[in-house]
Formats: sequence, C-alpha cells, structure tokens
Amino acid sequence: MPLEITGLVKRFGSGADAKEVVRGIDLKLRPGECFALLGPNGAGKTTTLRCALGLTGASSGSISLCGLPVPEQAREARARVGVVPQLDSLDPDFTCAENLIVFAGYFGMRESEIRPRIPELLAFAGLEGKDKARIQSLSGGMKRRLTLARALVNKPELLILDEPTTGLDPQARHLIWERLRRLTAEGTTILLTTHFMDEAERLANRLAILDAGRILVQGTPREVIAAHIEPQVVEVFGEWDNTGAGAAAWAEANAATFSKRCEISGETAFCYTDDATSLLAHLARQPGLRSLHRPANLEDVFLKLTGRELRD
Amino acid sequence: MTPTHFAPPRLSLRLFAVWRRNFLVWRKLALPSIVGNLADPVIYMLGLGYGLGMLVPEVEGVSYIAFLAGGTLCYSTMNAATFEALYSGFSRMHVQKTWEAIMNAPVALDDIVAAELVWAASKSCLAGTAILAVIAIFGFTASALALAAIPVIFLAGLCFAALGLIMTALAPSYDFFMYYFTLFITPMTLMSGVFFPQSQLPDSVRTIADLLPLSHAVSVVRPLLLGQVPQQAGLHLAVLGVVTVLAFWLALALTRRRLLK
Repeated sequence: MPLEITGLVKRFGSGADAKEVVRGIDLKLRPGECFALLGPNGAGKTTTLRCALGLTGASSGSISLCGLPVPEQAREARARVGVVPQLDSLDPDFTCAENLIVFAGYFGMRESEIRPRIPELLAFAGLEGKDKARIQSLSGGMKRRLTLARALVNKPELLILDEPTTGLDPQARHLIWERLRRLTAEGTTILLTTHFMDEAERLANRLAILDAGRILVQGTPREVIAAHIEPQVVEVFGEWDNTGAGAAAWAEANAATFSKRCEISGETAFCYTDDATSLLAHLARQPGLRSLHRPANLEDVFLKLTGRELRD
Repeated sequence: MTPTHFAPPRLSLRLFAVWRRNFLVWRKLALPSIVGNLADPVIYMLGLGYGLGMLVPEVEGVSYIAFLAGGTLCYSTMNAATFEALYSGFSRMHVQKTWEAIMNAPVALDDIVAAELVWAASKSCLAGTAILAVIAIFGFTASALALAAIPVIFLAGLCFAALGLIMTALAPSYDFFMYYFTLFITPMTLMSGVFFPQSQLPDSVRTIADLLPLSHAVSVVRPLLLGQVPQQAGLHLAVLGVVTVLAFWLALALTRRRLLK
C-alpha cells in the first residue's frame, strides 16, 4: 500500500487553547491511482500530508507510508516518496542541473548516478537544455516543473503534490496535468491536494473532500457528483422586473416551484434540479433575467458540502 | 516546549549531504566571502595595532599588534560563525525554505541543524585560517605552535554557531539579530580580552567576563600565537565544548518546536 492513514487526529496547542486541525481521517491509497484531497483553506490538507511524511507527529491514529510505519520509519519511507511542496523551495544559488544533483545527494545518490539522468528529468519537465540556467531566470511555471523533476530524482513509488498548479497559467497547468497522467500511466501513485475542482475532476481516479479536519465524502469524481448533487444546474441572475428586484427576489418567489434546491449567493441564484425543462420555459418568459444552464460539477458538490462563506 | 523537543539528537550520515550543499553554494561565492571575512578584521588589526600601538608600546610583554593578533583571530572567527548561523541559516530555514525541501527527502531536521552547526564552524575556521596566514605573513607570529590554533578556532566556531542557532530558531525576522549583536556579541568582544587585557576590567565585570566563551578562546589562542603553551588549556577547551553541546541541544529543541508542528 502506498499510503494508509487510520483515525488520524492532529491537535495544535494544549489544554483550553488546543485546536483540532485534523479530526479522525481514514485514507487508503491504491497502488497506481491518482487520489485528490480537496478542501477549502484550513481544512487540514497540508497538515494531513505533513503527518503522512512524518514531519509532524500525529496526536493519535496510525500511518503507514510505502508499507513502513510513520513516524518510526519515516526517513526510510521518505526515501521512496517524492514531494512537490506548496511553496517553491529551489536553491536560488544553483543552476537547474545542480538543484537536481544536490537534491539527489539527500537520498544518498552520488553525482555519477544522477548526472546521466538529468537530460531525461529536465525533458520530462519541459526544460530541455536548461541545465545551466539560473533559477532566477525561470518563470513560475518552469520553477514548478523543475520542482516536479526534483521530486522524481529517487524514482518514487508515491508522488505527493501540495497544490501543484496554484498560481500557474493555463498552459503551465495543462503541461503539469499531462505529465502527472504520464506518471500514473507508468505506475506511480499520486496524492495531490488542490482547490481547483476541474483539476481533481480531470486527474483523480478517486478523491476526498475535506472540511474542518474531516472527510465529508470520498469516491470517484462521478460517484461523488451523482451521490451528492442534482445533475442539472441553472444559474439565474439579472433584473427580475421593473421594481428593481433581482434574481434573489425571483428565487424566493419561484425557485421552490421549479427546482429541487436553490442556493442564493449575492445576486445569483443556483437552482439544482433533475430536469430543467419547466424552469427554462419559465425563465424564457422573464425578459430581465438571464441564466446559464449546465451540468452539475464537482465545484457544486464542494460548495454544497463546505458552504459558500469565505475561508481566510 | 515539551520533553520530546529535548530528545537526544538522532543523526545520520546524510548530514554531510546538507553540509556539502552549503559548501557548494559557498564555493560559487567564495571570493567575495573570503574577502569579506578577511579584509575587515585585518584592517582593524593593522589600523588599531599600528595606530594605538604607537601610544601603547607594550602589552603583557609583547608589542600591541602581536597582542592584538590572537584576539583578532578569535573574534573574527566568532563573527564569521555567528553571521553564518544567524543570517545565512535564517535565509535557508525561513526565507528560501531550503530546510523544508530537504526534510521531504530522507533527511531529518536533526541532521539539518547539525549540518548547519558544522558548516558554520567550517566556514569560520576557513576564514580564521586565512587571517592566521595574514598574521604569519606580517610576522606577528613566528611559532609553529600557532598551527595548533586552527583546531581551537574550529571548536570556537562550533561554540558560536551553536549559540547563534538558538537565535535563529527564535527569530521572527532578520531585525531580531540586532539584539543578539548589541546585547551579547559586542559587549562580549570588549570584555574578553580581545583589544586589551582583562586585567584592566573592574573585578565585578571580570567575574562575568570569565564566564564568556570568547574569553576562553582568547586565553588559548593568544599564547599559541605568541609561541607559549597556554595555561589551563584543558579547562578553556572544556568550557567551549560544554557550551557547544548545551547550546546545540537547546537550539535543536527550539528548532524542532518551530518546524515540526
């Protein structure tokens, strides 16, 4: 098993000030799958990863990483894992190639062992010919890709990525996704955290939505969507009538008639339904209102389960 | 703090990979680094040695500049180790997140802090050795005993690196280090017999001065440079060793509290 977490609890502080950040998480990764951990800021995603790597002690629960108990044998387990951290931590004083060589040294690899693999690693990261480039000369996307290459120096069985595409442009995100798919195709197990639902929907074989330290749902993206949300969504916004009332007022009066469930966020109403035909016919007769009809996605599930309030 | 923070260090040979990383960065910037570590103390030594030396013909039976040479060697080693543990260590720990990256590999935080300790001492010893060479070239030491000062300044480097790592573990930002320099390093430099003999100090100050690690380093290094066998060398070296061990232990506990949460 690449990773098995049972009953993980993590508290910070003690006594009356104690804060439970992770409150009983069970997680089992299957070999070769890509598993996404979703959750708003502060849900406990990064803390869960840190516990899994043995970088912080669990308050209770048990963890097995690559078949080894953590934290007891965390060091040995980490030798078989690659990590792409949330924040860039490349060595600014080294070139791209030197970053890989020095990092391989932390795994006990000699320069002669890693040197022949550098062209292949840089090519994988889309950084061909950049071995002598300074880190300062790389764009944000290139740095993230180099960090991905760095996480692969030890040919890991399990690759852990903490928000791998945050802050990247669409081109860079797509390249990272493509590379991660290639890795899973080659048999590497992947665990990633993200708050981009489209990323999870595209990449993950299975996912878990985490909030306030607990797993709310777990399953394949399709299962989760099917089990937790109506298949159709109509977003309604704009002016309802001449009195200046908006979509929110319209929703209060009509949403219950035409949809199973309706969420109002600001001046937009999100109507969830199994069949949108009658709702769309009704909306066609309300000239001031505009609407967007689409299938429900993971983001709808996420917002339903974790709420629409800001988390910061 | 909890008792687990004070657990004995669990070290592995991987600490040399971390040491090597710092060495490779240093090698890229070696020239400005050596000039920086060398020029300042040498200028002070020559300026004060010749300038003040005109007014003070002899101190403890030798020329003022020969007296100053041993003190300069010790306090510049201290400064080099302190700067490395404070500013460079803090950059790697807090700003560049280098330590975080390393901890994702099979290297423990204990290895990293120990590597920083040994690295800062190595760098300060290198700087000190360069200063010793200048001292020898200028003829302020003529004794082969001076070579014995090199392991002593390495030990002093360990001691001040360990003390510095305590500050690094506590620092919220670079500005914090000013307290350490103003309240500890500068007064210690003046009280440890670097620039003038400790016999000039009032008795009450002398009692405190005798406890300071820099005093003990100077007490061993100065006689060696003057070709004398230092008195109570074992005691002085033992103090440096004990301070190193205790300071490293505390620095490690504080760093564990800061990073392993």
